[in-house]
Amino acid sequence: MNLNSGWTELERFLSTDPRDAGCEEAMKALHVYAELVVSGEDPEERLPGLAAHFAACGPCQEDLVGLLAAVRGGLP
Amino acid sequence: MRGSAAAQRDAETVAWVRSLRAHGPEREDAVRQLHRLLIGVARRELRRRSLAAEIAGPELDDLAHQAAADALVAITGKLDRFRGESRFTTWAYGFVVLEVSDKLGRHFSRSPAASSTEEDWSQLPDRFALDPHRQAEWHDLVEGLRRGVDECLTDHQRRLFVAIVLNGVPLDAMVAELDSNRNAIYKSLYDARRKLRRWLIARGYLDSGPAR
Repeated sequence: MNLNSGWTELERFLSTDPRDAGCEEAMKALHVYAELVVSGEDPEERLPGLAAHFAACGPCQEDLVGLLAAVRGGLP
Repeated sequence: MRGSAAAQRDAETVAWVRSLRAHGPEREDAVRQLHRLLIGVARRELRRRSLAAEIAGPELDDLAHQAAADALVAITGKLDRFRGESRFTTWAYGFVVLEVSDKLGRHFSRSPAASSTEEDWSQLPDRFALDPHRQAEWHDLVEGLRRGVDECLTDHQRRLFVAIVLNGVPLDAMVAELDSNRNAIYKSLYDARRKLRRWLIARGYLDSGPAR
């Protein structure tokens, strides 16, 4: 049976983005990506491979949120 | 990658790098100041994440000091690699945030709270917010997924799927448990996701949707 009830979390989990740059690149460039976010630039346009990764990888996304909180000087 | 021109001109960044490259009291003062900042960031980050990790009090403070100390060593050791692509503090705080992740992963891997090997499929609907009232719609897909996990994944991929997806073990805890690194674990899980999706589409459990 096909699941036709919308885009579920499970389907999202199973989908992979070929642009996904992986954790190693994300950890190396975490500060660059965070700086783009803080300065109001568009990181998805500048760094699409990293944007795809942060959208898919929970631990790297958590690191990004943590770094943004640290840079902004407060808790999110 | 290019950093912003503003970041490269940032006077505070220039001062940090100059002081940390200096000798004697100027460098010692800068190292002390940086260490204090890193401890503060580590404490806040641990508090932010400890809601899930349930770490508090002296244990949290101890982890914060460990993360800050390890980050300080990494920062001073890699100062020559700082290319001004961000402000210095953004670069430096990145190290302590990553250290916090590493410490929490190790902490979780030592905790008996979650098994990385027991296969409990009853957790799957909750993990993916599948509506129990619409079970008729997703039941076949979940059964198909279960078959796919058994039939198309390698032993290593299956182990990661069971631990991380079914049992909710943090990816960083699996990194510590397997003495691996985040990139390798993520890549194995990425390949497993792709294989499972293709397997499910080939057997009619999923629509093909956009090519991925």
